[in-house]
Amino acid sequence: MSSRIRTDVLELNMGPQHPSTHGVLRLGLKIDGEVILECDPDVGYLHRGIEKLAELRTYIQFIPITDRLDYLASMLQNQAYIGAVEKLGRIEVPERAEWIRMIMVELQRVASHLVFFGAMGLDLGATTPFLYAFREREDILDIFEMVCGARLTYNYFRPGGVSRELPAGFYEKVRAYIKKQREKLWEYDDLLTDNQIFIARTRNVGYISGEDAVNYSMSGPSLRGSGVAYDVRRADPYSFYDKVKWDVVTRTEGDVQARFLCRCGEIRQSLNIVEQALDMIPEGELKCKTPPRLKLPEGEVYYHIESAKGDLGVYLVSDGTDKPYRLRWRAPSFINLGAMNQMSQNWKIADVVAILGSLDVVLGEVDR
Amino acid sequence: MSELIEKAIRDAFPEAVLESKDVFGVLNIKIDVKALLGICEMLHAQHDFDYLADITAIDWKDRIEVVYQITALASNAKIALRVDLDGKKPVANSLTSVWKGANYQEREVFDLFGVEFTGHPDLRRILLPEDWEGYPLRKDYVIPD
Repeated sequence: MSSRIRTDVLELNMGPQHPSTHGVLRLGLKIDGEVILECDPDVGYLHRGIEKLAELRTYIQFIPITDRLDYLASMLQNQAYIGAVEKLGRIEVPERAEWIRMIMVELQRVASHLVFFGAMGLDLGATTPFLYAFREREDILDIFEMVCGARLTYNYFRPGGVSRELPAGFYEKVRAYIKKQREKLWEYDDLLTDNQIFIARTRNVGYISGEDAVNYSMSGPSLRGSGVAYDVRRADPYSFYDKVKWDVVTRTEGDVQARFLCRCGEIRQSLNIVEQALDMIPEGELKCKTPPRLKLPEGEVYYHIESAKGDLGVYLVSDGTDKPYRLRWRAPSFINLGAMNQMSQNWKIADVVAILGSLDVVLGEVDR
Repeated sequence: MSELIEKAIRDAFPEAVLESKDVFGVLNIKIDVKALLGICEMLHAQHDFDYLADITAIDWKDRIEVVYQITALASNAKIALRVDLDGKKPVANSLTSVWKGANYQEREVFDLFGVEFTGHPDLRRILLPEDWEGYPLRKDYVIPD
């Protein structure tokens, strides 16, 4: 009987208003029954022309705009941009400021991965892990609020340092948070990671080989989930990553579960880094002296860091004035999304949700 | 390492290398756009440059320069290839046959700079609406009210 049923290929729009597209993303699906033949991500709904805006603003004025790129990990966006400015301007950073930065960005990485953890569960129909993850993320946001007065858009980094001193009680609060978070991670695993339904929905789903992932220029945990140990913090060490002990977390399976487990492992690694940094941070200056109207020498630089989503690159061209001649933002979410089509072929619509979730894209960064 | 790569490119494509410079420790080679695809195929097949980190363009008013940041993940060797294109009608070969990651990045450069990538399987705007006029990251672009 079934062989006589004729089916047509159907085009289905998923998004841009869809609870699991993590913002305004439209997936143009070509489906045969429920099987995906093609998945064409349509991006740009949130495009604000940030690279053009950079050309119209001074180097300092652009810092708060970087907060609006990957708005779930603004500290890391600050770090990438300021890193490029400092490299091109050959600006020295006081040691204390660099340690503070490292503590901030690693806490930020944890916060970003917690959002991923919660959203991943939510995408697959588990509401509780989301509430758990956001409860702990709240502690990190409280710490950030103590430090720089903002919960999401920090504007904390400056060329040559950071904008303010750590407040009283900072160290105790961070240590207390790390202790609490470590205990809670076991709870998370009970709830979601070891949950049979979750495992059934994620194991083997959305496979991509390491070779293909590299060919698609993927990066971050999405690449390391396919067994490629490429982490910018290890490959091109910046900040003080070579002074603390930590591991690059990789999994070889290349499926949704592997990418998920990579991020869970990175939460633990980041907590270790923060803990070591708290012990090693010296007293000292917060910021070196830079002119209020900063001008960079003529030239160019390509600088990259490991953001929560992957290899975040900033390409900066200066013509010697106080504004960038050209600023390019190599957004890892955007490039990772390029592999979405291949990963979702022959899976079902419900699996697309899991696969997209496992890439952990943030549309602010995708669309720029 | 970078001297070896430069020599390999010069040996295989003697006419193609126009100039080379060092940008913060990364070898930047300006090449003739006609040799772009050939050099990339060689780098990928023979020198393990498996990771196309970034494609972007710069509008220098009289010309458009496209810059490719390429990495070999195993050895962490880096190279940047640069090509100068005609400012009015920029055309370059697509690298999608070498690195699939070039697909989205070339679409973005096409979208914002109007660079035509010949051989691209799906060259259409990606960030801006399909009916958008002009290329916003060009220096002569007039920002609408």
